Amino acid sequence: MTLADLSSNLLYVAFLAYLIATFVFGGAVKGNKEGSFKSEGRWGKIAFIITVIGFLSHLGYFFTRWGATGHAPLSNMFEFTTAFGMTLVGGFIVIYLIYKTPVLGMIVLPVALLIIAYASMFPSEVSPLIPALQTNWLAIHVSTVVIAEGILAISAGAGLVYLLKVVDMNKKSKQRFWLEAIMYSLVLVIGFVIASTFFTLTDYQADFNYIDKDGNEASIGYNMPPLVGMNEYTSLTEDAMDPFFETPAVINAGKVTTILWSFIFGTILYWLIRLIARKRIAAIFKPFLKNVNLQLMDEINYRSVIIGFPLFTLGGLIFAMIWAQIAWSRFWGWDPKEVWALITWLFYAAYLHLRLGKGWQGEKSAWLAVIGFAIIMFNLIAVNLIIAGLHSYA
Amino acid sequence: MEKLQCTCGHINPPGTILCESCGRSLTKEEQNKKLVDMRYEGTARRSQTYNKSIIDKIWNFFSSVKVGVGIIVVLLVAAAIGTILPQAQYVNVPVRNEATIKAYYADVYGEIGKLYHFLGFHDLYGSIWFIVLVGMLAISLIVASLDRFVPLYRSLKNQRVLRHKSFMNKQRIYAEGAAPEDTLQKAEQKLKELKYNVTLDKNGLLAEKGRFSRWGPYVNHIGLIIFLFGVMLRMIPGFYVDETLWIREGETRAIPEAPGYFLESEKFTFETYTGEGEEEKFGEAIERVGSVAKNYQTDVVLYQTPEQSLPGATDEMERVKEEGIQVNQPLKFDGYAVYQMDFKLNELRAMTFDLTNKASDESLGTFTVDLVKPEKSYDLGNGAKVDLLGYYPDFSGFENGEPKTATPVPNNPGFLVRMFTPETPEGEVSFIVIQNTIEPLGENQYKLTFQGAETRNVSGLTIRKDKTLPILGLGGLIFMIGVAQGMYFNHRRFWIQQQDNGVVLLAGHTNKNWFGLKKDLDQVSEFASLPPYTDQQEEIEKLEKLKKEQRMEGDEVS
Repeated sequence: MTLADLSSNLLYVAFLAYLIATFVFGGAVKGNKEGSFKSEGRWGKIAFIITVIGFLSHLGYFFTRWGATGHAPLSNMFEFTTAFGMTLVGGFIVIYLIYKTPVLGMIVLPVALLIIAYASMFPSEVSPLIPALQTNWLAIHVSTVVIAEGILAISAGAGLVYLLKVVDMNKKSKQRFWLEAIMYSLVLVIGFVIASTFFTLTDYQADFNYIDKDGNEASIGYNMPPLVGMNEYTSLTEDAMDPFFETPAVINAGKVTTILWSFIFGTILYWLIRLIARKRIAAIFKPFLKNVNLQLMDEINYRSVIIGFPLFTLGGLIFAMIWAQIAWSRFWGWDPKEVWALITWLFYAAYLHLRLGKGWQGEKSAWLAVIGFAIIMFNLIAVNLIIAGLHSYA
Repeated sequence: MEKLQCTCGHINPPGTILCESCGRSLTKEEQNKKLVDMRYEGTARRSQTYNKSIIDKIWNFFSSVKVGVGIIVVLLVAAAIGTILPQAQYVNVPVRNEATIKAYYADVYGEIGKLYHFLGFHDLYGSIWFIVLVGMLAISLIVASLDRFVPLYRSLKNQRVLRHKSFMNKQRIYAEGAAPEDTLQKAEQKLKELKYNVTLDKNGLLAEKGRFSRWGPYVNHIGLIIFLFGVMLRMIPGFYVDETLWIREGETRAIPEAPGYFLESEKFTFETYTGEGEEEKFGEAIERVGSVAKNYQTDVVLYQTPEQSLPGATDEMERVKEEGIQVNQPLKFDGYAVYQMDFKLNELRAMTFDLTNKASDESLGTFTVDLVKPEKSYDLGNGAKVDLLGYYPDFSGFENGEPKTATPVPNNPGFLVRMFTPETPEGEVSFIVIQNTIEPLGENQYKLTFQGAETRNVSGLTIRKDKTLPILGLGGLIFMIGVAQGMYFNHRRFWIQQQDNGVVLLAGHTNKNWFGLKKDLDQVSEFASLPPYTDQQEEIEKLEKLKKEQRMEGDEVS
């Protein structure tokens, strides 16, 4: 077994461990009906140990891959997103050691699982570094950012637990709608994973020629049945399905198709869950949250931000600017990724001012933490894949 | 407004809430509160005191947290809008000007692109209104900080040890009760052990720790202001140089905006990963993408002319250093940095032609045209000669019968020549471009056949000088220090008073982390046998919760 193989096996082990730990954490919290903290303690401890095993394995993946490629495995979508899942779990482990909160594990671990699953939809073979990335700043800048984002995501996890506990799912309200929207968007990620895996396993491939935005002929391969066609497309694959409509040249219909399939699979899955459970997904969690200490969740939310925010400033702005000055000759160039890092930073600055200056605590703070996570995810997913820029490495 | 005199005799500035000296509440509203508001020590903030003149109104506007957050949110949304379509600087147009960029947005993005351009979003971050917004944020940072910092500093600097009872018993942590004689001495001893600064005055004690954490927010704001100031400085000439230099292999050129410096390009190298040997592990990735760049490098020699030499004189140049400029490894000298930014492979350098007789294919000799410095005439010997009547480095077609060149770069060279041979002493005119020959004055007997071309690579280098970088670095550093100072430390204080009747009063305050404060106090209490304290905030909350529950039960009953 080569180092690279060992590395990917360790990642599987980590994934499996997190999956098991999620359910054990769920059981630990649910099993505690009378408010006696004993079962929570015992099962919580077991779940925690499984999580730590998974995390160690995840770390093993990271460093063996580093050894195999010869550079910090933070250079493309697969590597970065996998590391993001790792720092998220790492952050949770630290929080658990301090606050002993199995309920947070029940929420954070599935999110970490989703993130790793999402990561593995990208090409994962070891790849060489382009000249711009050949420097130690890759490890310094990206690792600081990924740790900061992992910690900020913990704040959103605590915020989500807070919201799942306080939002009344039996009464129609804006809060109920948006909370369910969060759950739905998490299910959409599963939809994306299912769609990608399904069409990869069935080996779907359809090729098209089209006219790109500069009027040149180009070709594209679809890995999913083409719901949407490229500008002035002509099919190259026989018996491929005929796209329903054609997009203007500036829109990549291949990506639109992937998004549509994710929505289709995700929405079906969402309604399946709702029909089986006979309630909203957010409501499913209610019985698990009986013993949640809201003040503690608020505290974790805030603590994570005051650690994550300075780290993000350091990694996402200061180190980023130093490297940009060295590699691109300017420390700031309004590249979309840079702009979204600034947006993230401004958002958490607003969060802190509202919390410390205007007394936005509890539910308001929880909503802000979740929005912050959404901004981070937007920067990770949309800015890399939809908005083209210097940082589109995947 | 008038100054406020407290019953203790101290005269406070107008707008003061808690007497600077004894801590008594000075307003009716404050007197009725169960706990005092300690956020700014009850000092008179300008923004909370005056609201008459225009200046007051402007001051109050910018000192508000709500306004500050509002500006942040507007900036955040604006910044996001700027990423929907690419900014003009990243747009690829052959000729860059207002009209072509406008046309680009309309052509490529249609109606949305037109609207985006019309609203000025294509240059959002350079637009006046965006800069004004950033300026407003800077003003807000300054005003809001001064409004809070000045009175807070005054108040904490002039703290009195002895406070009025009404100040102490309205603190969140409060204790009152009997205690042994030596309690004050013992408390002092323990507090000093816990690294508190202890001040004694008559029968009272003030213990304080971590006051500097109160300055954290102002320090980080100063950092941000320094950073923004540094950014502003770049608009002043001399602080900032940003030039592009295209240099061909073998050329020596003056470095723009760096007087006295010259750069010679020895070689440009472009490498891709081969996927062989060491790189075998990358084979799969390389195959998927096609090819992956490994290195862009210009090997250069830096020269400097001596100071006394005439500007532009290159004969006395001294070699300064030799270096390979790579991405991430700029050449640095005298505050300048030269970056590897772009390249062009295989630009034509010279073309070799053969003068041939069309009928017999007999050659009369060959000659090479240097495409940068072509000669007027090429003598092939034996009475054969080629005159270069016109040279069009980047031939773009004819205009009114005249050949035209689009650029001075030899991308598509065209030559108007007159060929002389012993057979055709008058000369024959021919126009030659790559793969095409035009004979404008009738059929010729001779022709020029293309024999071969010499090419060379061109490096696109960027020359930068940025004197503002140290200022920006300083701003960033101060910001980080301020953030750490404010977030990871806290300001803890205890006031203890031993009254004549043996009763001890104790109050505690911290700007955050009450848990830590209580832990300290528990140690001191135990050691010095202080009366047990209560967390009055928690008491109030408990009471409210109880009331709420009772109300709910009441609802159920009714």
